Amino acid sequence: MTDETAVLSPSPARTARKGEGEGRRQVWRSRRYRWDVRFGPYAFVAPFFLFFAAFGLFPLLYTGWAALHQVELTDPDSMTWVGLKNFTRLWDDEFFWNALRNTVTIGLLSTVPQLLIALGLAHLLNYRLRGSAFFRVAVLTPYATSVAAATLVFVLLFGRDYGMVNWALSGLGFGPVDWQNGPLASQVAVSTIVVWRWTGYNALIYLAAMQAVPAELYESAELDGASRWRQFLHVTVPSLRPTIFFTCVVSTIGATQLFGEPLLFNGGAAATGGSDHQFQTLGLYLYEQGWVNLHLGRASAIAWAMFLILLLIAGAARLLRGRGEAR
Amino acid sequence: MRASARVQANVRRTLVSAGAAAAAAALLLTGCSSDPADSSERGGRSGGKDGTTTLTVGVFGAFGLQEAGLYDEYTAQNPGIRIEQTSIERNENYYPQLLTHLGTGSGLADIQAVEVNNIAEITATQADKLVDLGKAPGVDRAAYLPWKWAQGTASAAKGGATVGLGTDIGPQGICYRKDLFEAAGLPTDRTAVGALWADDWNKYLEAGKAYKAKAGAGKAFVDSASGVMAAVTGSSAQRFYDEQGKVAYKTNPAVRGAFDLAASFATEGLSAKLQQFTPAWDQGFANGTFATVSCPAWMLGYIQDKAGPAGKDKWDVARAPKPGNWGGSFLVVPKAGKHAEEAAKLAAWLTAPAQQARLFEKRGSFPSASAAYRLPAVSGARHDYFGGAPIGEIFARAAEGVPVTVLGPKDLVIAQNLADIGMLQVDQKGRTPQEGWDAAVKAIDNALDQ
Repeated sequence: MTDETAVLSPSPARTARKGEGEGRRQVWRSRRYRWDVRFGPYAFVAPFFLFFAAFGLFPLLYTGWAALHQVELTDPDSMTWVGLKNFTRLWDDEFFWNALRNTVTIGLLSTVPQLLIALGLAHLLNYRLRGSAFFRVAVLTPYATSVAAATLVFVLLFGRDYGMVNWALSGLGFGPVDWQNGPLASQVAVSTIVVWRWTGYNALIYLAAMQAVPAELYESAELDGASRWRQFLHVTVPSLRPTIFFTCVVSTIGATQLFGEPLLFNGGAAATGGSDHQFQTLGLYLYEQGWVNLHLGRASAIAWAMFLILLLIAGAARLLRGRGEAR
Repeated sequence: MRASARVQANVRRTLVSAGAAAAAAALLLTGCSSDPADSSERGGRSGGKDGTTTLTVGVFGAFGLQEAGLYDEYTAQNPGIRIEQTSIERNENYYPQLLTHLGTGSGLADIQAVEVNNIAEITATQADKLVDLGKAPGVDRAAYLPWKWAQGTASAAKGGATVGLGTDIGPQGICYRKDLFEAAGLPTDRTAVGALWADDWNKYLEAGKAYKAKAGAGKAFVDSASGVMAAVTGSSAQRFYDEQGKVAYKTNPAVRGAFDLAASFATEGLSAKLQQFTPAWDQGFANGTFATVSCPAWMLGYIQDKAGPAGKDKWDVARAPKPGNWGGSFLVVPKAGKHAEEAAKLAAWLTAPAQQARLFEKRGSFPSASAAYRLPAVSGARHDYFGGAPIGEIFARAAEGVPVTVLGPKDLVIAQNLADIGMLQVDQKGRTPQEGWDAAVKAIDNALDQ
């Protein structure tokens, strides 16, 4: 900071030649320069933080406060203090554990294939291709569709009686699958929607990272006689490690908050996640408690539980990564 | 309000709109903030420079008031008034927002629509924030069906104010496919069909068995077991609450009876195992998968839309075994509105018999003002698509036979879980009725626990 002020303040020689008032103005001006330099950056970033405080931090804290109360959406102003009851009851809440299990299963079923396919796609797109821009845009189109539109189409595809997936399966000699009611079948179906929507997005992120890998590495690998597959395994993947970590974190957050797909996959758009809650995720259970059953306190506790779960996962990932890098 | 219909939504479900996706984004973590975006532009906006009063009306779905030209007519008659409407597609999104706005007293429209599934909660918890429309000028209590009037009225303990004026209702019939009935050797004339199951829901089940014996495998008699359950519970005076306002569905034989009867449609193989208001259900109409469906007046348009031109003259509508109601809406006037008095006048006018008859003519929303049934627009109404059935007469008769139902604040949640958990498990997963009932009770207990 001192370096900058030294550069910016006018030279003493010039000040001496001016009169008294002029000198005072100069001092004032230099002080303003200093303030500008010191506080300007804060002013520039302030809008984000103000918005974050209003729409991120405040709701977060308010939700935490509401979680400690019994409060109904029919009368949000009357709150009854219940301490940690809304959290402790989650221990015995089989619907919560069911939702958590479903979230994990659907999360794995969607994240793992999604990232693997994305990596493969990115590798293919990284070749010199005719019309590469077209393919790059094409893989991103699912990401640009709305959840609602995509899910509605998938509901039709996964229809029990007249769905195209079952039609194709019957062509291969398999019996029809009840994609809404089978516990695993419904979760696979929901995961498919997620995979379809997000694979292209991750592929582009990988592609960007791949193009930053120095060509010399590939050249020397080629000189060493490494095949394309070996190059991919020993050059591309290690160079992409930070990116892979990033996409894993983002996908995990997305999987934990999964909501729109399971809500709309239940054709009637009830928040139950199927007749046996077989694809009710945490986000959906939160919605059901808050907006269908109107228990804001309970819903807030679920929201915070989700937040804490994410922190736990992040902590675990950090530990793992730290150990991985230390090795 | 045919859409209000569709909004039965909650218990039944609406077409899905992108609204839910927006809700999804808003939800996560920040959990309970209600969208601040639109609260600023609502609220009674005060008179403009030229002395006009702008009344706002908040509705869900395509409510029909605007579409039927009622606003235009009112403003033509009252030059000092302008009317603006805001609509939220789904009641699931509309209603929680209405509650938050009532709670804070801001962001409210001068008139708000309320769906019948929510009206008991509104009269029980929000009556003190709403204008007593029973005393508003131009409101004639005698013009309404007594049971509809009772639904919009708070209990004596809560002040006994009539805060909701009825708009449409959903008196029930049974829609059936004449061609499928004929193939199965059943009568096709709507009077004879109605006589098949007159006064007894069990006879409806018997008719189903007779149908199946002739029609053979793969031909279902009803669309879904939960559709039957909704129709049966809709025709009983006591449902989920007792007269003291306590939750009593577990011990009410009428509810368990309806559940078991509807479950027999599944266990006897008479159900197409569909879930109502899903794409698969729509396809069922188009493909003639099932021969009958319990249809409130507002569903006729939906069936016509989904079954398409190919179904013309195949469908007809007969009387239901017992008169029942499914769906409908109300208009309420929040006290916090800037023009509560003018709004009450408009609400009274919009729900008066003549306007309700107009709405029926234009939009198919069946009037809750029984005085409208004598107007030619209703009494002479026939539905071309349903073989020229005299729908005005059929549904008016059903409407007048509906018992005064005991409603409760959590009717919606209870009905929803009975249908979407309990009955759906029996219908689609092949669980026994007892297993389905137990699962539903468990889910309802969890849902009602604050």
